[in-house]
Amino acid sequence: MLIPAMILGGIAVVAAVGLGVAARVFHVDEDPRIKGLTDLLPGANCGGCGFAGCSACAAAIVEGKAEVNACVVGQTEVARSLADFMGMELVESGPQVACPDCQGGARATLKYEYGGFDDCRAAMLFFHGPLQCDHGCIGLGTCVRACQFGAITMGEKGLPVFDPNRCVGCGACVRACPKGIISIISETTKILHWNLYSECLAPCRQKCPAQVNVPKYIEHIKNGEYDLALLTVKERNPLPLSTGRVCPEPCALACRRQTEDEPVAINYLKRFVADWEMNSGHRLHIPVAPDTGKKVVVIGGGPAGLSAAYYLRRLGHAVTIFEQMPALGGMLRYGIPEYRLPKAILDWEIQGILDLGIKARTDVKLGRDFTLDFLRVEGADAIFLAVGAWRDRELGLAKTKPAGVVSGIKFLERFQEDPSIRVKGHAIVIGGGNTAIDAARTSLRAGAESVTIVYRRSRDEMPANPVEIVAAEEEGVQFHFLCAPNRFITEDDKLVGLEVLGMKLGEPDPSGRRRPMPVEGSEEVIPCEQLVEAVGQMPDLDFLQHDGMPTLPTTRWTTIDAKEHTLQTDVPYIFTGGDCFTGPGLMVEAIGAGRFAARSIHFYITQGEIPPIEHRQTNLVPDSIFDSIVGVAPLPKVHEQVVVSLEDRLGTFKEVEGTIDEEDAIYEACRCLNCGTYCYDHDMEMIRLQAQEEAAG
Amino acid sequence: MDMLLLAIGAIFVNNILLAQYLGNCPFCGVSKKLSTALGMGAAVTFVAVVASMLTWAVYHYLLAPQGLEYLKTLVFILVIAALVQFAEIFIKKQSKVLYDSLGIFLPLITTNCAVMGIALLNIKHGFGFVQTVVFSAASAAGFALAILLFACVRERLFISPVPSAMRGTAIALVTAGVMSLAFMGFTGMTN
Ligand SMILES: Cc1cc2nc3c(=O)[nH]c(=O)nc-3n(C[C@H](O)[C@H](O)[C@H](O)COP(=O)(O)OP(=O)(O)OC[C@H]3O[C@@H](n4cnc5c(N)ncnc54)[C@H](O)[C@@H]3O)c2cc1C
Repeated sequence: MLIPAMILGGIAVVAAVGLGVAARVFHVDEDPRIKGLTDLLPGANCGGCGFAGCSACAAAIVEGKAEVNACVVGQTEVARSLADFMGMELVESGPQVACPDCQGGARATLKYEYGGFDDCRAAMLFFHGPLQCDHGCIGLGTCVRACQFGAITMGEKGLPVFDPNRCVGCGACVRACPKGIISIISETTKILHWNLYSECLAPCRQKCPAQVNVPKYIEHIKNGEYDLALLTVKERNPLPLSTGRVCPEPCALACRRQTEDEPVAINYLKRFVADWEMNSGHRLHIPVAPDTGKKVVVIGGGPAGLSAAYYLRRLGHAVTIFEQMPALGGMLRYGIPEYRLPKAILDWEIQGILDLGIKARTDVKLGRDFTLDFLRVEGADAIFLAVGAWRDRELGLAKTKPAGVVSGIKFLERFQEDPSIRVKGHAIVIGGGNTAIDAARTSLRAGAESVTIVYRRSRDEMPANPVEIVAAEEEGVQFHFLCAPNRFITEDDKLVGLEVLGMKLGEPDPSGRRRPMPVEGSEEVIPCEQLVEAVGQMPDLDFLQHDGMPTLPTTRWTTIDAKEHTLQTDVPYIFTGGDCFTGPGLMVEAIGAGRFAARSIHFYITQGEIPPIEHRQTNLVPDSIFDSIVGVAPLPKVHEQVVVSLEDRLGTFKEVEGTIDEEDAIYEACRCLNCGTYCYDHDMEMIRLQAQEEAAG
Repeated sequence: MDMLLLAIGAIFVNNILLAQYLGNCPFCGVSKKLSTALGMGAAVTFVAVVASMLTWAVYHYLLAPQGLEYLKTLVFILVIAALVQFAEIFIKKQSKVLYDSLGIFLPLITTNCAVMGIALLNIKHGFGFVQTVVFSAASAAGFALAILLFACVRERLFISPVPSAMRGTAIALVTAGVMSLAFMGFTGMTN
């Protein structure tokens, strides 16, 4: 008995001693922090961080090869404890979640019946999958099975649905998807992204100058997810309350429903979600990236300036806006009248932007109060010039303007400062743009006996928003088309009338509009006491003549010259965009330009160079434009919500239009065909509608 | 010739996994991906060969002279566990690359019945030292072969429409059964 026990014990002792010695001799120095970090990590060993398991991740963090927030499972909580352990401070950045890019899916036609493995990768091997559309989702749900966190489910339409609350951004689905349509997107990437020809883009998305993902936010509205809808809009447009009221909807011009029906009332929907946020009383949280320590100055607080400031701030830069007027908003405040865009609403919207941590200095004018060189000396890493187009063009009918003649912007600006001003007698407005219509409708409200718009081309050529023209007509503004002002008729230096000359339309000019030609001997006089010249604006670039300004080239249209693909001027740290670059345009264009400039500035101040965007989508993709769609049954568009009746309008500047209600919004959202570029399947849509009709009895 | 037959017999006919059902836990656990299966196969081969040599020596020079053959199971467990620990410490120090590819599997093998089984079989068959080495290497190779084949099948299984009740280990066990039936085709090739 003794011997076996001794032998067994002996072996054990030898093994123990041997191992003990080996552990000493072959000791490898291992950082104790690795063990500590490993204990703090969740231990899922999912590989989402890109390292082989949690301990490898811990080692990488200790070696500085990974950030403390490398763990995608633990997210902020774990990142914070890891940071504490390592004695570091955690700065929060936007969350990274997976986003699918395919919206269409089930509506793409089948090329063939597929009966193989229930897996997208397997299906891909046969002629790129069974669907006609080579770009979109195959729909076999490989990503659903790849997700360890149950964040992906297969939706009704046969497309994966992502739950952003469960998604940890580990990227397993991205690796599993053979079509490459899922991407892990951080807020920064989203802000810096521009439409590409290679993407699947609904026509409205291609057409919108700010590149708002229209089908996506309408889809959210349909599902009652108003917060997600609004966040989708704000990814591209920080001013939804204002655009929701005054945007002429270029997107709707491309709406596919239009081929069979009226376009979707996209702007009513945007306005609905924007108002929903305002009326809910609290603002949605907008993530802002950690501070980069870079300073950007934005000159001009109009839509272009506000948009650039908003996106630059979200990218983590310190932004200050310099504005010549007492309040921000640019033409939205001093041009567009109260009855179209109430200033209380504008204030609320701008406050939301400033709340992200943007500084604004008002009542300071470039050229008068400061110079560009001064800003540079003060440490601005880049400057964005968005001074708009604030100088009225003049007809030059008389050397000195008689009393009663005023230019368009001046006229509207005065009403913003003092809404109690009255207009007496008959008024004439010259011009056909938004400024002219706004001046006319404002004059009516301010007590003019009659208002006549004099425009030298015909109604079809008027650049003003069509809805504005209709509203002006309804309110009783008279139109004199095809006649040009010739001469002021004055008595004692006071205006008593305008002599106009008849016109006929000739050949189209380079802008495509037909050039008006005078008709001899067609003079006539329209009596008036008040006249507004609203014949166009141009940027006021006088500040460039001051000392302390770098030489900036301008164009022959008195706009600032810059490279079209970067918005960078000849002075590398100065960028421009909006009306002062393009000449008077639309608010959405200025908003798009603001984000585009933000992209360029971001790359310029962080990397010194602005990478070109390859395959940037600038024109409509021809394949995506249909002239008919089979089987789309017309559904009447929701009615506009006129809240101030015609009779009451003339005495008040109250907002004329209201917001559609929730029921109408959902109804209108359902009119959206949710198009992609290619996958639209006419037949499937017909079958769906037929089924719907049958179900309805 | 004998050695060749011994090897073929150990790899195919008496495959440690599919004919003798030893080492089933790593077989099911680590066979989801081809790359990990490869690592596991290599680690088992390495440990099985070294462990067999050591246990053979311990048995013939320590236990047998004292007439303590009945203690072999107990002693082998001790010896193999110590050996694996030692190997891990040693490799970690000596070769970072080897440690990274084998290291994580070593602790798993401490309790691997395939290794233990091979050591005991050597004694049971009364092999000499050279035979022991050949037999353990071949048996371990059989293990590696089986786990590799199985990993290939399982990668394929992952993308197949398996009824959800059967997904994972359930279908893996069924598949293992089918594979083992297939290996029965080798019976009688050697004797
Ligand atoms: C009457 C009117 C009606 C309109 N209606 C519509 C409409 O219905 N729908 C639509 O989409 N668009 C409409 N527009 C066009 C739209 O308002 C403009 O395209 C848009 O505001 C341009 O934005 P921006 O930022 O480039 O310029 P602006 O909005 O003009 O902003 C420029 C800012 O720079 C400031 N600034 C200028 N010079 C200096 C300086 N030297 N120093 C400091 N600050 C300076 C200005 O005060 C201003 O705040 C309308 C325009 C007008 C005039």
